[in-house]
Amino acid sequence: MIGSAVPRKEDAALLTGRGTFVDDIHRPGLLHMVYVHSTEAHALISGIDAEEARSLPGVLGVWTARDFAGLPPRPSVPGLERGYLAGDKVHYVGEPVAVVVAADRYTAADAARAVRVAYEPLPVMATVADALAPDAVPIFAPLPGNLALEQQVTPDDVTADLEAAPNRLRARLVNQRCAGTPIEPYGVLADWAGAGPTVWATVQAPHRVRAEIAERFGLARHLVRVIAPDVGGAFGVKSSFMPELFLAPELSRRLGRPVKYVETRGEHMVHTYHGRDQVQDVEVGFDAEGRVLALDVTITVNVGGVPDPVGIGLATLTSYMLGGCYRIPKIAARFRSVVTNTTPTASYRGAGRPEASFLIERVVDLVARELGKDPADVRKVNLIQPDEMPYQTPFEGIVYDEADYPAALDLLLGELDYAGLRAEQARRLADPAAPLLGVGLSTFVEMGGFGPTPLFEQFGYLGGWESANVRLQPDGSVIVLVGTAPHGQGHQTALAQIAADQLNVPFEAISVLYGDTAVVQEGTGTMGSRGMPVAGNAVRQAAAEVAAKARTIAAHMLEADADDVVPIGDGFQVNGAPEATVTLAAVAERAFKPHLLPEGTVLGLENTAYFEPKNLSYPSGAHGCVVEIDRDTGRVSILRYVCVDDCGTVINPLTARGQIHGGVAQGIAQALYEKVTFDGDGRPLAASLEDYMVPGPLDLPPYETHHIETKSSFNPLGAKGLGEAGATAAPQAVVNAVVDALAHLGVRDVEMPCTPERVWKVMHDAS
Amino acid sequence: MRVEITVNGQPHSREIEPRLLLVHFLRDTLSLTGTHIGCDTSSCGACTVLLDGVAIKSCTVLAAQADGCAVTTIEGLAGEDGLSPVQEGFRQCHGLQCGFCTPGMVMAATALLAERPDPTEQEIRNGLKGNMCRCTGYQMIVESVQWAAANGGAR
Repeated sequence: MIGSAVPRKEDAALLTGRGTFVDDIHRPGLLHMVYVHSTEAHALISGIDAEEARSLPGVLGVWTARDFAGLPPRPSVPGLERGYLAGDKVHYVGEPVAVVVAADRYTAADAARAVRVAYEPLPVMATVADALAPDAVPIFAPLPGNLALEQQVTPDDVTADLEAAPNRLRARLVNQRCAGTPIEPYGVLADWAGAGPTVWATVQAPHRVRAEIAERFGLARHLVRVIAPDVGGAFGVKSSFMPELFLAPELSRRLGRPVKYVETRGEHMVHTYHGRDQVQDVEVGFDAEGRVLALDVTITVNVGGVPDPVGIGLATLTSYMLGGCYRIPKIAARFRSVVTNTTPTASYRGAGRPEASFLIERVVDLVARELGKDPADVRKVNLIQPDEMPYQTPFEGIVYDEADYPAALDLLLGELDYAGLRAEQARRLADPAAPLLGVGLSTFVEMGGFGPTPLFEQFGYLGGWESANVRLQPDGSVIVLVGTAPHGQGHQTALAQIAADQLNVPFEAISVLYGDTAVVQEGTGTMGSRGMPVAGNAVRQAAAEVAAKARTIAAHMLEADADDVVPIGDGFQVNGAPEATVTLAAVAERAFKPHLLPEGTVLGLENTAYFEPKNLSYPSGAHGCVVEIDRDTGRVSILRYVCVDDCGTVINPLTARGQIHGGVAQGIAQALYEKVTFDGDGRPLAASLEDYMVPGPLDLPPYETHHIETKSSFNPLGAKGLGEAGATAAPQAVVNAVVDALAHLGVRDVEMPCTPERVWKVMHDAS
Repeated sequence: MRVEITVNGQPHSREIEPRLLLVHFLRDTLSLTGTHIGCDTSSCGACTVLLDGVAIKSCTVLAAQADGCAVTTIEGLAGEDGLSPVQEGFRQCHGLQCGFCTPGMVMAATALLAERPDPTEQEIRNGLKGNMCRCTGYQMIVESVQWAAANGGAR
């Protein structure tokens, strides 16, 4: 089954309106929780008047920060503990100030609007420059200033290497702030019915959420049940520990009724955490062939008004991946995480790695331009070769697994007809009536398969392994319980394919369950492209154990030696004796008959495996983008987008294609359309889907997808993951194409998003 | 106020608040939770249903405005013989991932094929421009609608 493009098991329910998303769940006596959000970016709260709100019929109460003073803080950066609601001051527009509960959602919204909050304005520092200015005041109280973290990631000093390099150049690159914008907003339903709460929530790691809730309420974990039902997209933004995860259970406990919170889109845009928002200062040394000799990078991250424990350190991952798929001997990296009066930032699809890939791919293009060489040729002299794998990067513990970067680039150049495109580009340049043509390349590598445990526990997780329980039912059908919590990736399908191969049972006879801490053994979750490389291997391992035991029982039933028993269509056969067969169903039933089993056989046919990866995985590939730019308006149109991806073993080509498309779409969106902006007073200018440009069907091109399949040697499946590859590869493929189209004007950079206005301005300033 | 709305062929008569949105009438009053809410500016189209056969965004229509009308939701598409061609097309061509935008997307595609049984790729993209998907990048949705057009259309 591995490698088959089977349609998904998930689809029948989702296509008929029978999915179960958090807001679809109703409990008797359900109450609705709504926030009052700050309308100010930086201010002291001088008073909250909730009298009118409390008096509205149907309102059960209004609570402010001091009402939750007894709850230990949310998961936080140590020393920078954060609460649930703003206390004495607000740090950004959208920060929750109070919470209202009412009998229905309309009344709750009315009441939230009736709460009057008095603010005493403070100076607003909505940009990093303002927040680090000499006269800046500290925004987040535990910090003496607005520099939340400054870290030297490598001890290397590359000053001498840069000085010795025949050529050097500097660049400042901006990776703008984006909003994850899953179509289903964040939601929580908590019902504290017995000794602890049951919490349905739009989360990516239910066991982790259970642990955090249990800790806050002083409960043993078995008393807390967390369920991630159908989750409508997450893209990393549903991995943050939003206050509602804790406030809904607490209010359910106090009120003795179930409490539901579902954010509106307007709330999502200002309240749920954003991603990216890095400024990168780069200096690169290179020789006459374009070989990169040394790289010096300083990253400045805008972490928003209240530092998030993931967001504050994400640039570590950016630093680790700065070398891309190139043999760069010396890299020096450091980063600063800066507090500003904006919504906090944390994970968004790729979480730190797309920023690195963007940086090095833009730098390689800049080097090519500086030397007057073709960007493809400069890539070729720098690419790590397949015989150098596994490749130890300059960063300790960062070892790339097997890949063939040159083959991916060659395949891409062939599919693009690169030489033909260059000829067409020259022809158009000579014809003032023709739109400009640009070609952009992105030979990328990213980091997937999160763990292993020593790395992943730094992000607060119990481990970096994943778990699977594979259980044969007495009729020979199979239930798989897995510790991931997918939200569109199709784990029911892909993991069933893996189990089917190991167990020799039909795909249709397997059900995969996940997302419920009361059903699934301890699990880790879905993030960091870890589904196939980690969970896939856990399923494989557990299923293999079950298959081995089934074979032993079959041998006993056939009165043969286990070594002589081989799997056939629907069961087992004694090798060379076609009449001596037994069905898997008969074996499965026999597994529950102690008196008919060999002495000492453990009853049942099930196994739980915890798969700890030996290494991260490094999905890679080469993407190419061909753009056309209207000379009059600056409008960029994508003519072709070609992907060559190496995710190792492809489990399901259909869902793999979907993962690539979706990732590329978000990457193109960052390159051309999306940016979260604030005005000088810290007011969000992209607070709805009217203002934040999530692309629609007319805004995105068809994608051409190709695979190179180099298996990773670090896990038995040979899988590397694919969820974040497209989002990592695409932004620079598009931007390199845009800059390429304008290079004859002397243009070296166009900042994302490359909107018509911005491109037009760059063209005019240059000419 | 009282409204009488036929939903998926079944008449419903309910006392409602005048400000109740059609999407909340469907989801909360009738417990038809297949129709989703993804925004508050009529941008995303997750709430698309058919109102007297026309695709509309049910977050932008009051239940009161649907008084006397017939509404078709995602729950009303599949028949005893299985999924509708559009639903089956989405399944065959992997036109959905998380499934949250899917009900609105399927309803919009159904309305599109009713009007234009054999659309070009551009006509499909244009016909679905009021619907956002964050997972697929749209190409496999386009292929799903093409599959449906070739296998029974808007039925």
